[in-house]
Amino acid sequence: MMTEHHRYLIFLGCAIPYRVSSYEISARKVLQALNVELVEMPEFNCCGLPMDPVDHKMMLVMAARNLAQGEEQNLSILTLCPGCSGTLRKVSKTLKEDKALREEVNSCLKDSGLEFNGKIEVKHLIQALVEDLGLEKIKSAVIRPLTTLKVAEHNGCHVLRPREFSGFDDPEDPKLLKNLVEALGAECLDYMDEAECCGAPSIGVNDKICLQLARDKLNHVSAVHAQALITVCPFCHMMYDTNQMRIEKTFDEKYGIPVLHYPQLLGLAMGLPPADLALNELRVNCSKVLNNILNEDCLNG
Amino acid sequence: MDQSGQKATNNSRIDSKFKYVISNIHGGEKLLNCFQCGTCTSDCPIARFSDTYRPRQIIRMAQIGLRNRVLSLDALWLCASCFTCTDHCPQDVEVANVIRVLRNLAAQEGYIPNVFKELGSSILETGYAYRIPELRIKRREALGLPPLPRGNPENLGRILQNVHFKKLIEKRGQQ
Repeated sequence: MMTEHHRYLIFLGCAIPYRVSSYEISARKVLQALNVELVEMPEFNCCGLPMDPVDHKMMLVMAARNLAQGEEQNLSILTLCPGCSGTLRKVSKTLKEDKALREEVNSCLKDSGLEFNGKIEVKHLIQALVEDLGLEKIKSAVIRPLTTLKVAEHNGCHVLRPREFSGFDDPEDPKLLKNLVEALGAECLDYMDEAECCGAPSIGVNDKICLQLARDKLNHVSAVHAQALITVCPFCHMMYDTNQMRIEKTFDEKYGIPVLHYPQLLGLAMGLPPADLALNELRVNCSKVLNNILNEDCLNG
Repeated sequence: MDQSGQKATNNSRIDSKFKYVISNIHGGEKLLNCFQCGTCTSDCPIARFSDTYRPRQIIRMAQIGLRNRVLSLDALWLCASCFTCTDHCPQDVEVANVIRVLRNLAAQEGYIPNVFKELGSSILETGYAYRIPELRIKRREALGLPPLPRGNPENLGRILQNVHFKKLIEKRGQQ
């Protein structure tokens, strides 16, 4: 089973290379260890999502250009960012169903010698892990079960909604990421408003409101005494990790909740060296979690 | 105040065809289905912390035809696009998409918050939504990451030559 080989075209998006390399580093390491091959995009542009509010057509053309680039490689696209996968999936479905719109968008792409034909599939990391590799394969890769760890998960909106386009998990009661966390032996805690937005998309318009949203989440997560929060989105991670001290300062709170990318947790359970998983790049110190996980190893060593 | 109530019903401020403009744009089709139950507002995480952002109210303003008032609202830009309203609407109104349609129309009138201008010009100049510092791109090698695929802004600019935002940015540049 471990010999089964998967290949994807990796679509990084902009936020990860800009601010969240720890997510990319850890994801590449665990996927390699799981025998998943990542092929680089020949070139890419922003998925289009940030421009949807001001110019829907600009978003469509940008997404279609990426999809058309991908089609030439004959592989499914894998993204780490839910914003990217959500946008590319949505545009792919819309253009497949709406011939007139497809022709309009394709006439824009003509200049670059590209054409969208609707032949490409787009998956977010957690969808690929569950649907293509399977929970059993993840479980069998665990050599250091995280049985002493209690964590909370946060999916990120565009993994879940709108229901019409995500379709692989229940947006009201999401299970995929929970199952992925529990496959590692950790306990994944229920908490209030689990599926609620982190606030990141409105940063720059009204920071205070966004920080209040993130503060709410951190309150709910600390109310159930989670030892860490697990995310699968660069934007959510920035809200909870990068901005955690800012939230503490703004609202006079104290959290100290480590926020790990799921691949970091997966890597630790798979026995990868912590130094390979870019844990030192996290803003909130995670040494407590790490000690908890490695404790047994240290005693044995 | 009573005055604002009067303003809302002042015929000269009402564009009675506005709702049809919206329902003819992709995403705005179901605007007329809304019967003002308020599920969108009560489930909206932003509305919980904002004194001004009320999706139900925005939808109603669009239905009535308060075109200028709704397009010039600062609160229009607070939506975080979490799509909770869309998923929960009992009338199948794609609330978040109606708000996107309104924002697009507002942008055409020149109402664009700075953060979107910055994202947009970075995309046109680099292909990426953020200006990724050269140092970060170079650091990838030291981190054991493959080179970042190029953004090809020249080609992107060519295929975007007819989209509204690009023209808007260019017009601004010429002024």
